[in-house]
Amino acid sequence: MLKNLRRRVSGTTIAMWVIGAILLIVVIVGTVRTLLIGKYTGADWTDLIVYGISQGSIYALIALGYTMVYGILRMINFAHGDIFMAGAFIGYFVASYFDQTGFLEQNLVLSLIFVTLVAAFTAAAMAVVLERIAYRPLRRAPRLVPLITAIGASFFIEYAFLGLFGSGIKGYPEPEALKGRVSIFGVEILKTQLIVIVAAVVMLIALWYFVQRTKMGKAIQAVSEDKDAAALMGINVDRSIMITFLVGGALAGAAGVLYALLFRQVYFFMGFFPGLKAFTAAVLGGIGNIAGAMVGGLFLGIAESLFPNLVLDGLGIPAPYQLKDALAFFLLVLVLIFRPTGILGERLATKKA
Amino acid sequence: MALLEANDIHTFYGAIHALKGITVTVDKGEIVTLIGANGAGKTTILNTISGILHPRQGTITLDGEPIHELPAHSIVTRGVSQSPEGRRVFGRLSVAENLEMGAFTRKDKEGIKRDLEHVYELFPRLKERRKQLAGTLSGGEQQMLAMGRALMASPRLLLLDEPSMGLAPILVDLIFDTIKEINAEGVTVLLVEQNALMALSIAHRAYVLETGSIVLSGTGQELLDDPEVMKAYLGMD
Repeated sequence: MLKNLRRRVSGTTIAMWVIGAILLIVVIVGTVRTLLIGKYTGADWTDLIVYGISQGSIYALIALGYTMVYGILRMINFAHGDIFMAGAFIGYFVASYFDQTGFLEQNLVLSLIFVTLVAAFTAAAMAVVLERIAYRPLRRAPRLVPLITAIGASFFIEYAFLGLFGSGIKGYPEPEALKGRVSIFGVEILKTQLIVIVAAVVMLIALWYFVQRTKMGKAIQAVSEDKDAAALMGINVDRSIMITFLVGGALAGAAGVLYALLFRQVYFFMGFFPGLKAFTAAVLGGIGNIAGAMVGGLFLGIAESLFPNLVLDGLGIPAPYQLKDALAFFLLVLVLIFRPTGILGERLATKKA
Repeated sequence: MALLEANDIHTFYGAIHALKGITVTVDKGEIVTLIGANGAGKTTILNTISGILHPRQGTITLDGEPIHELPAHSIVTRGVSQSPEGRRVFGRLSVAENLEMGAFTRKDKEGIKRDLEHVYELFPRLKERRKQLAGTLSGGEQQMLAMGRALMASPRLLLLDEPSMGLAPILVDLIFDTIKEINAEGVTVLLVEQNALMALSIAHRAYVLETGSIVLSGTGQELLDDPEVMKAYLGMD
């Protein structure tokens, strides 16, 4: 009987259980100790959670671009984080122009919308051009080739912006009306965070509607599943791929402006980390899965904001918040080990009879 | 004039010469079938007509207009649609969405609605399951969906690739009855089949393929009566 059991349960499985159990204990011990020490008040926790949601909704917006492109081309567009950076940059130029003319203070809502639209439009155009010149010629090349090209394109965009606009950090204008907090259901939220969350939710709903309800969105899903069969339906495959890059780029560009609202600064390398984080979020949620990118983004944002203080603090780690990036990628490794298909995984076996 | 004329078609997979000078004509209103062993090039012919593959040499005309250089998605708008080998329905879309994709190039809302009703009449099972994901359908239902989806393009010429593959005999009969019905409604059909006996019994004309070339052609009845064909392709003495 013991032999039977050993045949079913391999050494690796046991090791994974042990690691999983140890991690769970560490998390519980850390959390309980933090709460017992009582260093943070209830308001601190809500602050961290709200911050996590706003950060996470930005990750979600960027992650959608990774996941949609992966879904349709089975490639990771590593230049996507730099499209996000480009959006933030363009937004900066428009916003500071508005600031100088005084338009920003007078028509805050209008200028925010306009800045976001310009950023989204420019980023979308960049993503489409990128696809056309860097990826489309490699459509039939081995999968490693476009991946390397994507990394090259990422560096190209970063250093093009460095060359054009310098290496300095540029500060976004800070209109008076956006300072301070508002109270929502008794929770005090920074106004910028509220704007970020509301804008992101609107865009996520719009994207969901586009993909699930419109003919073009369904065509993109069809192309993601089977390009030849989609072409036989009269769907222009190249055009569907272009629209995927366009939509992903627009979301990333808008996310760039939202990110700048929270952190108020732009520089040429700013796309690198949010890009990697959003990629992590896409994998966490299940790469290729649109709902997964949304869930993964929010989960990563909240985890990154909450876990260092909640878990690591109680373990006596001196500067827990400095470890949030390490924690994010640690989560990625955990998901890849324990649930390689991500949180939402594949809903359906793609294999057909 | 023939609806479809493929003239001296040569198609390659890389260095492999898959079609070695195929000439096939399909007249309006006909059911024409291509039979032959595995690897003879039957599917390659359909894929070359529908634009998934392009011939290196030769011409294909539809109503006299050349289509062999067009991409697959524009050939659909000319009135040619294909139910591909292995069905290849979109598993993560619902049955109704799959049919909607079949009508992707059409703008006539009324006509689409009418054709949708018609497909549901031909295959009531699809109507029952219209909200279900296509990937959860049985093989037979997926075949019905693949055919219904191709019909939603309102084609002049319908290309059917192995519609009976892997189906239970009772479903095979249903599929072949439906092909006759579709044809009686005025759709021209070019049918590729392993089940040569069934195919020949409903076809007006047939071509027999062997390693990329046509070796025989005639009416369905002529080929059924030909002892050589019987022996080689139907496994009968």
